[in-house]
Amino acid sequence: MDVTVAEYIRRTVLKIPRDEIKTMLRKWGFLSETQLQTINFHQIKENISQDVVQLCEENSADIKQAAVLDIIYNHIYPNKRVWSVYQMNKTGEETEFFDLTDFKKKFKRRLRSALKNVTINFREYEDNAVWIRIAWGTPYTKPNQYKTSYVVYHSQTPYVFISVSVLKSNLPLLCQALVVASNYHDIHEMELRSHSLNSLKDIVFKRYSQNFQTYYPRPLQERNVAPENGDLRIIQENRNEKERIQRVNQEVFGDGPQPKLEFAQYKLETMFKSDPKMDVLDEKEPFRCLVKFSSPHLLESLKSLAPAGMADAPLSPLLTCIPQKARNYFKIREKKGFFPERFVSP
Amino acid sequence: LVGSDEGLQQKLAEAILREKKDFKISIHLATSLPLPSERDHLRPRIDLIAFMIDIKSKYSLKNVEASLAHVDASFFLGKVCFLVTGVGRVNYCSVEMNAIWKLGEVYCSPVLFCELELEGIRVATAQRLLRMLQICAGHIPGVSALSFGSLMRNSADD
Repeated sequence: MDVTVAEYIRRTVLKIPRDEIKTMLRKWGFLSETQLQTINFHQIKENISQDVVQLCEENSADIKQAAVLDIIYNHIYPNKRVWSVYQMNKTGEETEFFDLTDFKKKFKRRLRSALKNVTINFREYEDNAVWIRIAWGTPYTKPNQYKTSYVVYHSQTPYVFISVSVLKSNLPLLCQALVVASNYHDIHEMELRSHSLNSLKDIVFKRYSQNFQTYYPRPLQERNVAPENGDLRIIQENRNEKERIQRVNQEVFGDGPQPKLEFAQYKLETMFKSDPKMDVLDEKEPFRCLVKFSSPHLLESLKSLAPAGMADAPLSPLLTCIPQKARNYFKIREKKGFFPERFVSP
Repeated sequence: LVGSDEGLQQKLAEAILREKKDFKISIHLATSLPLPSERDHLRPRIDLIAFMIDIKSKYSLKNVEASLAHVDASFFLGKVCFLVTGVGRVNYCSVEMNAIWKLGEVYCSPVLFCELELEGIRVATAQRLLRMLQICAGHIPGVSALSFGSLMRNSADD
């Protein structure tokens, strides 16, 4: 077995949390059940990985099998990577039957015709998702298994989720190959990025709870009820306002959990409007400014701003439109009074 | 208690109620002023208004400034005070200290810095507010709200 393959398998196993190693190796299916029984999964990971490599040596593992283990790892832990969403367009209306073998063949052929040194692996999952792992090399060097890109393509949809990692220069080639293989016309980036692959899918497949414009008539009796939390000496004066905020929030965000995004970025290319007396910028040039919101869970924190008393409700539509518009990277240009200058309330 | 942080308001109110006292007290929590007029007839006389400002939130300062405009001038004779929280987290301050000092000066009212998230300080603040409340309600003979207010201001200047 190639020493680089052995090292790669060893490092992949080390990434897996100890309690999950056995299950993942089973899913991989490369080592037999008898072989798995010989490994002590209670020792330290260093030793477990050595044992695994030893067994792989016995089975003469090659890079293809090692790559499959990597795909399985990334399928279970996709949130370790950053994913971008791309959408493909067809010119005609015909919905062609998706032929997986044809797709794989065309993809490999297209990619390899431009760059010989690539490792390409496919794996299919239940929800019509095709996972593609590509390890990139250069015209002069073998593929670097640690510099990989991942593509998740749902064949019944025009959406592709790409996690590029380091070598961004290979992206155009990758996109080309996808378009050719899937019989689409072109592909464009949707300006939607996150660590959470499932949340991205939720947004583009519209699987999150959306706000429906329902009218909830508030029963009049509620207003005069004393607060249930005990002490009658504490009086909440702004009950109505609080209820209004809850209602508005529910209308805007819906009831269920929000998709998980970490950033929202707004690139401003608008003119700086200052007090004429201040005379800050003489030239009529757009003021370049980047506003970035970051959070472990951006949409949930936006949802809790108004109830926490940190912002007015309703929030600016620039923030609340993120799931509906399916993007979290925006460019704001000067439009005749369409986007107001100050777009965040606090 | 007027402020935008409900949770903190509630905790402070509960701390105040837990203190031993020999008079009846009712605490009204509001996010801003003016108070909704539909409850006017149910409200007793107000003896003390404490405005809560969170240094980490410009929004809370704006809220308080807007509410101050609705306070009758007679309250500023010692019946108003400012509670400023969040000073411990220096990296997250978005309200400048100058703005706070100016507020206290312009409205001739004391500014108390208190990290209300800490229980010990909450209890201490509750006790101070209760003392102030007693004076403002006229329960302490010989000390008026105005004289107490000027006493606090003078000691702060030193």
